[in-house]
Amino acid sequence: MALAHLLQAEGRSAERTDPLAPKPPHFPAKAKNVIFLFQAGAPSQMDLFDPKPVLEKYHGQPLPTELTKDLQLAFIKKNAQVLASQAKFRKCGNSGMQISDMLPHTQGIADEICLIRSMFSEAFNHHPGQSMLMTGSPLLGRPTIGSWLTYGLGSESGNLPGFVVLSSGRGTSGGSSNWSSGFLPSTYAGVPFRSSGDPILYLSNPDGVDKKMQRMSLDAIRDLNEERLEKTGDLEIASRIQSYELAFRMQSAAPELLDFSDEPQHILDSYGVDKEPMHPYAVNCLLARRMVERGVRFVMLAHASWDQHQNLKKDLKKNCDITDQPGAALIKDLKQRGMLDETLVVWGGEFGRTSLADIRRPEDLDTVGRDHHPNGYSMWVAGGGIKGGQTIGSTDDLALRVQDEKVHVHDLQATLLNQMGFDHTKLTYRHMGRDFRLTDVGGEVVKKMIA
Amino acid sequence: MLATLATANELPPAATEPVDFKTQIQPLFEARCEACHNAANKMSGLQLDDKAAAMAGGHSGPAIVPGDSAGSRLIHMVAGYRVKVVMPPGGPELTPQEIGLLRGWIDQGAEWPESEVKKTAVEPGEDKHWSWQPRGAPKPPAVKNEAWVQNPIDRFVLAKLESKDIAPSEAADPLTLLRRLSFDLNGLPPSPEQVEQFSQDASQQALERAIDRLLRSEAYGEKWAMHWLDQVRYADSDGYEKDDPRPHAWRYRHWVIEALNQDKPFDEFSIEQIAGDLLPHPTEDQLVATGFHRNTLKNREGGVNKEQFRFEETVDRASTIGTVWLGLTVGCAQCHDHKFDPISQKDFYSFYAFLNNIEEDLTPAPLPGERGAWLRTHAEYRARRDELLCAYDIPDLQPEWEKKVKYHGENPGLDTAWDVNWDTLAKMTDGGEKYILIPAEERTELQADVVTDYFLRFYTQVSTRDEYKALGFGELRGKLARLEESYPQMSQARTVFELDPPRPTTVHVRGGWDRPGIPVSPGVPGFLPPIGVENPNRLDMARWLFREDNPLTARVIVNRVWQEYFGQGLVVTSDDFGKQGAEPSHPELLDWLAQDFIDSGWSLKHLHRRIVTSATYQQSADARPDLTQVDPDNRLLARQQRLRLPGELIRDAALSAGGLLNDEVGGKSVKPPMPEGVASLSYAGGFSWEVPEGRDRYRRGLYIHFQRTVPYPMLTTFDAAERAVAICSRERSNTPLQALNLLNDPVFVEAAQGLATRVMLETPSDEFSDRLATAYKLAVGRTPSASERDRLQKLYQQQMQLLDASPKTAEALYPLQPEGYDRTVAAAWTGIGRVLLNTDEFMTRE
Repeated sequence: MALAHLLQAEGRSAERTDPLAPKPPHFPAKAKNVIFLFQAGAPSQMDLFDPKPVLEKYHGQPLPTELTKDLQLAFIKKNAQVLASQAKFRKCGNSGMQISDMLPHTQGIADEICLIRSMFSEAFNHHPGQSMLMTGSPLLGRPTIGSWLTYGLGSESGNLPGFVVLSSGRGTSGGSSNWSSGFLPSTYAGVPFRSSGDPILYLSNPDGVDKKMQRMSLDAIRDLNEERLEKTGDLEIASRIQSYELAFRMQSAAPELLDFSDEPQHILDSYGVDKEPMHPYAVNCLLARRMVERGVRFVMLAHASWDQHQNLKKDLKKNCDITDQPGAALIKDLKQRGMLDETLVVWGGEFGRTSLADIRRPEDLDTVGRDHHPNGYSMWVAGGGIKGGQTIGSTDDLALRVQDEKVHVHDLQATLLNQMGFDHTKLTYRHMGRDFRLTDVGGEVVKKMIA
Repeated sequence: MLATLATANELPPAATEPVDFKTQIQPLFEARCEACHNAANKMSGLQLDDKAAAMAGGHSGPAIVPGDSAGSRLIHMVAGYRVKVVMPPGGPELTPQEIGLLRGWIDQGAEWPESEVKKTAVEPGEDKHWSWQPRGAPKPPAVKNEAWVQNPIDRFVLAKLESKDIAPSEAADPLTLLRRLSFDLNGLPPSPEQVEQFSQDASQQALERAIDRLLRSEAYGEKWAMHWLDQVRYADSDGYEKDDPRPHAWRYRHWVIEALNQDKPFDEFSIEQIAGDLLPHPTEDQLVATGFHRNTLKNREGGVNKEQFRFEETVDRASTIGTVWLGLTVGCAQCHDHKFDPISQKDFYSFYAFLNNIEEDLTPAPLPGERGAWLRTHAEYRARRDELLCAYDIPDLQPEWEKKVKYHGENPGLDTAWDVNWDTLAKMTDGGEKYILIPAEERTELQADVVTDYFLRFYTQVSTRDEYKALGFGELRGKLARLEESYPQMSQARTVFELDPPRPTTVHVRGGWDRPGIPVSPGVPGFLPPIGVENPNRLDMARWLFREDNPLTARVIVNRVWQEYFGQGLVVTSDDFGKQGAEPSHPELLDWLAQDFIDSGWSLKHLHRRIVTSATYQQSADARPDLTQVDPDNRLLARQQRLRLPGELIRDAALSAGGLLNDEVGGKSVKPPMPEGVASLSYAGGFSWEVPEGRDRYRRGLYIHFQRTVPYPMLTTFDAAERAVAICSRERSNTPLQALNLLNDPVFVEAAQGLATRVMLETPSDEFSDRLATAYKLAVGRTPSASERDRLQKLYQQQMQLLDASPKTAEALYPLQPEGYDRTVAAAWTGIGRVLLNTDEFMTRE
């Protein structure tokens, strides 16, 4: 069997042998990579990004039923009392963007971020909400945005996965469905990097196998596979050989990635890598930058949980203390390296929280929290051709609804895909007789966000 | 929903520039009006997807008056001008610009070019798409090369090949064929004895004996259950967020395996799953079968509206039946009429209506031998349970709590913690909110336990942590669980029953659970044969699937079985036989197989035997340079196809080669070792994944506990279905993570060690080549070539050099206690075993 002849004759061999080979997008892209700082559990927008001084006037009172009649609530009832924010806001950057003092470092990057105060979603519970944000559908089973992008663009990393997942805090409501490839081949699924043990599952050799023996074994596997390829002419074997080589390279590349000894101390300090409580999140932010440098297409960095039904005061501060400095440092670091232009950074959760209080322990009002609120919440996007230093949209004084420039989750997704060079209506995959896409049947690019 | 009061006193101005129907008006009708005003739904009598009908108007008279937009009811309705309801209801209103366009179009004469007139309602038989035509009765054609034909399948395949002057491939060599048959029928590699036997006698009779043996083996039911479970989205947990485990789900899987092994006729197999509860005097087993409906995802999050998720589950049930049995993407019509197939939204909800009365239940489903032991000890168990409850004052505390939580259920909004406690009862239990209303002394044991267990678990919602701790409920729950485990248990099954009287069903506007449209009654799409029963129910629908004149079911099923043998179906889109699906490569063969399947009494084993005894199936899979241009995708079947095994089977094959496989059939799910930290990525945060003692960790992959938000990593890496929706065929990806998994996962290292042990013990000599022969027989079921032998001998020597120098390394690589052989040598064979278990050949059905 003439192997060379076969390889030549097989027209689709390139695609067959490497589904992750880099591919051009629909049109020239502004951004090449995405870092999604996923704040799972739904951060409280009116304590962080969307000041609502009018709430103080109604604090402790229920709202008129006229205002709450269409409100869907998860745990509390419509007669719940208003909870004003205790956060102080200040005008930041050239645009005077208002950001809470709970996020002092984020205040410092106001000129880089495009703050959207008018996000809305239909999904109302955590798992459907996260699914909506990641896959465009509240129902499970569809590919996540990272999968869509690696499917559309392939991977530029020869020795790391194209779509990586980092996590800190507790597990997210969506679990693996937040990085699943859905009905796309699992080649495009996110690969979780673990914080303890092997960073990638089964990365290290078993006991008794050192690098030399691993290489020896791989050489033998390759030779046996080549003989089989000669006999059967099945090009899948050629890709199997490649996969094993990539696996071997991954075994050295991943530890190198995790080794921060080449980072100067001031960089480590800027992220807060050695400081509690931000250590795990800071490590992930720095890793995200190092991954993008090495050609990883999509890094999802999940932090959970912002689901403060109770103990808003204490737990919101805790989350801010963990995430504020590392996230801001990441933006500055990307910028000073000239990487921010090509890297989209997204910050946000599956929805926001109510201006109404969730009170479980009336005797201890320090434990009060807020309920789920998908009708108007905040997210921010930076880099990747997005115009920083601007605020998009607004919500009403009582934080009940979006007031203008509504941005649906699908609109945000369409915009992200646009920056990556895709027409969101054309990045599709046929499944069960239908061409599915990330934005389902909706989505419009938010032109104002684009520089 | 229809609450908006019209307030407009004037109409937005009409567009003055020329308006084009096709680009400006028709899209508006399609997007905003036709969900309700179409041929099937015709709400208020109005239809806007057809020129004549639109011009005729609705129940209130003409809607469009050409030349007079200000006098057209259509415009009044969308502008909210002197009407009570604004169209479209419930959605965003049309913008003034859109209304202006409509006005302009009407004022300019309401031109509706004939070329834009859409064809709508489809009468039975009118649509000529191939798959809904009656099956033909094709005769196997004559062929030139009669000698190649082994059964009628081959005639269809060969006739087509001969028409293109292509010769079929040689038969695969006997050992490849044996391995292929073993994987295809049982999902396991042949044993070394079977390999040995077959290498001595590979006659036609020996082959048939092997096929008989494989079809009789209980592993057959396991292998084909795996494919079925993908389609019916089986899993051991709820799916959403807390992703609660379903401790009784396995009982349905157990039923599937048994039913397949008994070769229960496929029509019965299906009818029992879809409507076993409605059969006259259903047996326990027939109820267990309805567990099919219980595989839907469930969301128990705090903010969930129960009715919303009942709706989603019902939609999923309808879509799944459409996909699995009919190969129709009926789910596409949840929100709007199907874009390609003649399934209107009304058709969808008529089909949905069959499933809209499903109520969920838990029923006793003892396995043989369980009932007697349970009956003998049950009274004692209950007495001891009561004692325990008394010891913690539950008989006093629980009624107090019940009174309070019921009070807050009736008077919401007084105290959030108690509101949540009441709401959670409905969400976290199946039926608790109803049981608590039954007076305690009238509750069944199951009902009483649901309420008590809930009280003990969720009282923490209304108590402080310290209070809850002081009550000792956590401790009590542990004791109760241990007590239950210490007594004989009776298996239970998740089942369904039919609500009586039935729920009314409506169309749901744009697929919204809370947007009811016109009422519908149960029915099947009009382009398929009628159901022929007055007031049909779920059972009638299930039987209708198997009517002789149903054109789809038999074709869809034989095609899906076929795809597992050739890597693709005769219809490549095995989940879609509609117009967006592929055409069959061999339509006559498909019909012949379907008819043969029906004539056999819907015997799956008959179908399997037909396929595997064909010369077509038994061909070599080797690539052929002469075909790469003319038939790159092997649609003509001039050869077999190498297929990478599903993850479960790769695991089974490795355990089997290493002599570790526990081949116990059926039963509960198992949790083999999983790397630390994997479970913590779930919301449940490190939910319990207790690895069993003993050989349960070596059960077949099919039995691995399927936690939907944390699927077993090895299975995901090898493309296991997500089990969220029906999946009819799996991807076969080829990734570096798969390589890392097989190289370094302790399960596979253990398998390599087991393989080495067998090489040492089962080889009569200590010659390298004899030992290698054993290793090859165990790993890939054949003898090595000379070059393979030389290559591995080289590796063996390289390894021996390393290992001789470091006994510690040898011990790490082969930590087992050698039984009369040298550890270093066994370690070197572990290395070779590991290499063999990582070859492409090992993980591929050739």
